[in-house]
Amino acid sequence: MIGDSGGGSKVRLIGRRMFILSAAKAVVVFGVVGRLISLQINESKKYKTLSDKNRFREWKFAPPRGVIKDYFGNEIASNKQVYQLHLIPENSENITALLFRLKNILNLSEKDVFKIRRKIKSQKPWDPVIVSDNLTWSEFSRINLFLHELQGVEPIVSVARIYHEQSSSHVIGYVSKISKKDLQKKEYLRDMRAVGMRVGKTGLENKLDSEIIGNVGHKRYEVNAFGKRIKEVSIDQGKIGKSFRTTLDLELQNLSSKLMEGKAGSICVMDIYRGDIVTMVSSPVFDPNKFVHGINIKDWKELINHRDKPLVNKAIAGLYPPGSTIKGLVAISALENDIVNTKMLRRCTGSIDFYGEKFHCWKKKGHGVVDMRKAIKESCDIYFYEVARKLGIDRLSQTARAFGFGKPMVKGFFEERIGVVPNTKWKRDKIGKPWYLGETLHSGIGQGYWQTSPLQLCLMTAHIANGGYEIEPRVIVSEDEEDISSLERFVEEKKSFSDNTGSISDIFKNFKYKTLFKNQENINFVKDAFFGATNEPGGTSYGSRLKEKNFMFAGKTGTSQVRKFTERQRELEIKNEDLPYEQRDHALFVAFAPYYDPKYSISVVVEHGGSGSRSAAPIAKKVLKKLLERHSLRESMHGEGENI
Amino acid sequence: MFKSGSIQSHLSLRDKIFFLDPILVSCIFLIGVISFFAMYSTDGGQFAYHTKSHIVRFFIFFFLFFIVSFVNLSFWYNSAIFIYLGILILLILVKYFGLTSSGSQRWLGLYFINLQPSELMKIGLILFLAKYYHRISSGDVNRLKYMIQPFIALLIPVILVVMQPDLGTSFLIAVGGAVVVWLAGVKMKFFTYLGVLFLFSAPVAISFLKDYQKSRILTFLDPSRDPLGAGYQITQSKIAIGSGGLFGKGFLNGSQSYLDYLPEKHTDFIFTLFSEEFGFFGSIFILLIYVLITWRIVNVGHTVRSSFGKLYCYSFATAFFVYVAVNMGMVLGLIPIVGAPLPIMSYGGSSMMAIMFGLGIVMSCKIHKDQALG
Repeated sequence: MIGDSGGGSKVRLIGRRMFILSAAKAVVVFGVVGRLISLQINESKKYKTLSDKNRFREWKFAPPRGVIKDYFGNEIASNKQVYQLHLIPENSENITALLFRLKNILNLSEKDVFKIRRKIKSQKPWDPVIVSDNLTWSEFSRINLFLHELQGVEPIVSVARIYHEQSSSHVIGYVSKISKKDLQKKEYLRDMRAVGMRVGKTGLENKLDSEIIGNVGHKRYEVNAFGKRIKEVSIDQGKIGKSFRTTLDLELQNLSSKLMEGKAGSICVMDIYRGDIVTMVSSPVFDPNKFVHGINIKDWKELINHRDKPLVNKAIAGLYPPGSTIKGLVAISALENDIVNTKMLRRCTGSIDFYGEKFHCWKKKGHGVVDMRKAIKESCDIYFYEVARKLGIDRLSQTARAFGFGKPMVKGFFEERIGVVPNTKWKRDKIGKPWYLGETLHSGIGQGYWQTSPLQLCLMTAHIANGGYEIEPRVIVSEDEEDISSLERFVEEKKSFSDNTGSISDIFKNFKYKTLFKNQENINFVKDAFFGATNEPGGTSYGSRLKEKNFMFAGKTGTSQVRKFTERQRELEIKNEDLPYEQRDHALFVAFAPYYDPKYSISVVVEHGGSGSRSAAPIAKKVLKKLLERHSLRESMHGEGENI
Repeated sequence: MFKSGSIQSHLSLRDKIFFLDPILVSCIFLIGVISFFAMYSTDGGQFAYHTKSHIVRFFIFFFLFFIVSFVNLSFWYNSAIFIYLGILILLILVKYFGLTSSGSQRWLGLYFINLQPSELMKIGLILFLAKYYHRISSGDVNRLKYMIQPFIALLIPVILVVMQPDLGTSFLIAVGGAVVVWLAGVKMKFFTYLGVLFLFSAPVAISFLKDYQKSRILTFLDPSRDPLGAGYQITQSKIAIGSGGLFGKGFLNGSQSYLDYLPEKHTDFIFTLFSEEFGFFGSIFILLIYVLITWRIVNVGHTVRSSFGKLYCYSFATAFFVYVAVNMGMVLGLIPIVGAPLPIMSYGGSSMMAIMFGLGIVMSCKIHKDQALG
């Protein structure tokens, strides 16, 4: 073991082995450089995205919904500022202590705290939980006072839906929290799951949801590794939803609703040329505001268990046999098919025997000898048994379908029910039994299997009133205003042509309206008969007539039976008022006004209201009066476009 | 013994300064200055604790580097065994009096510094083995009798450090030692035998591993196994480096680090921070300086005439390179996270002290290249 032993050979060995090591180092250097190239050049984009994903976190918030207005620009559904308190669990060091503090400050109940805890557990720690979505101003300012010691909570000024009145609660509908079902049905909601988001559940709120809901806004924060927000990077206020102008007249809505107070039923008013639904009221009404922040169990049970079913929009989802209001249509069908003519006479003695069954007229004493006009005017059942018998159910149902029965009236209202237009095929398919002739007779006076909605009755009346041209009901004012008003112009032009014996076919070329008649005289005959029913002594709605010429209207009453009279009850002459509420007849009335220049049609249904002439026609009279008073105002708003 | 190596002892201080390697010295200084900026960034753009203490340490140990350089090589040759034994005693003391931090007992609490003897052992072992093989002839190198002493000298510190537990440092100590042995001429087959032995003992060794160490290895094999747990560090480091792109996010703009996504950013992951802020070109620049330092050390090895000097310089150059490679490989996700600092750049007094001391001896080899030893 002496000194630097080995000399040259040892140094050479060391040098040689060092060379190998240097080569190995070069390989390693290339490895590191290669890795840097792959990470920082080739995959840089991916890692930049990942880095941003780390850095930024978004908080979505719900945009204000579009405003729903009536025809004159009055707001029916709009938004108001609300104060909310959100809690982000991961930003709080001690949730239990925080909830205890909040409980004291806001007077929360044990149950509220329990609900918040459950919500916290069910979601990610950085997702906000709503502690309260509608704080009063004093609660809100108290929270702000203590904010420094409430780490993890965030007071937020937000907007929520507000409904200004209740008469339109059915047609407008309401919004509420998003449910699982909503997410399945409405695909656009999947990217919109912001805290406090509300979704339309019924009515127009549901129908227009995808447009009225707006675009979700978001705040983007830079957060550190512990989820703490460092700074706000960007904010997108979202986009307020599209606003809509409806065809409704809020003043008439309110009047109609008031007239129906304490009653169950509905009132529909329609512009007979444009199809604009001026009024669509269902009674009783409910307060849609209760649903916005989640309805409480007690209120919900009250609504659900109410005898008159306040949540049902009876104008489109209430189904009733049309009763005598159908007689005009039966007459048109028989005349159009050349089965009978208006001169046919029958003697009404109060009842008649057909095929071994006894059929009654509503007037026990009978009407005596009647022709068709008188049969409509005084609503003789015996006459229409005969007409129906000759006409046959299948021809009648064809005409009924053409005039709008058995079809949906307004698109996008899931709650709408289309009803039943009975015929032989329908009975075979749905009930599995053959059609009996006796059933044709009942159908001829609007009883039996008939199921019609008040809006369908209103549309039928409009079709008659406008001279037999097919229109489409609508609730929302659209951009193609020009198209819609053309029917009115068409009718005007046609009138002047018929005076001058010019060629009508020229006008037809310019207008694409489908006619529902072969001979317009038949339609005009029924209009005249309706006039008689309201304005001539003996007419069923004579008591409700308006005498001023510009206000004169023409209408047809109807009484639809809820149950079949037994012979014994007939003998006893049981009064409707003496029956239990559920067994009383529905009162119906359809009309159009003004008679000398028709503009509007109306249908009134009062559930279990007794006879149409006594309870439905007087209501229609009051609505029509107001309607005609407001006509010039309404006319001035035509062509204002979809937003005002 | 001192007398025999006095051929060059008449060198004046001016001569010694003249013989310093200017490239190596400037590279060390450059890395130091870069590390100040990196540390400033880890402090969130403030001249705060880590930055201040890192700068102070750098200058203290940079001064130490010069002192060590100017001391005659024969002094370091002669005291190699004492240095080794001294560090070994410190390592044993750690076992009994050491400070524990995050589950590992590594530090000796002195009044002015928390000393980590395992870092010093990286140099101590190389020094000891270089002297050992300087003294035996190349013919004896492969005799079993002459393998016992180096084997024991390597094994004891490695075992002590593994037990702390500190897998990374013990691995780096072992690599440094093994490089000396190999350069001295020990045949490949002995390494092969040792390798086979290690493979068979591995399952036993794994059973001694702490859970977090096992999970680190498993996580390395599949980082997506637990992206928010043990794989978190690798994932976040790769995101930081990758998102740096070609030119980086700019000084003080490394979002990954200042938002605390990056773990251990002062120490093991300082390169990640630098790479995020200065991008591909910055990273290559740093790598280049380290390669340059390694190359200059090897160059000193070529110049120095004694076997001790050659063995020491070559081994230290290799060990130094391995430190850099292991750290970069680790933060780049090429090898498991083992806990190895980046020389000079990383925050940590003991590591800095060991590296500067090691570099000082290299420089002493350069200045005293013709010194005859032993």
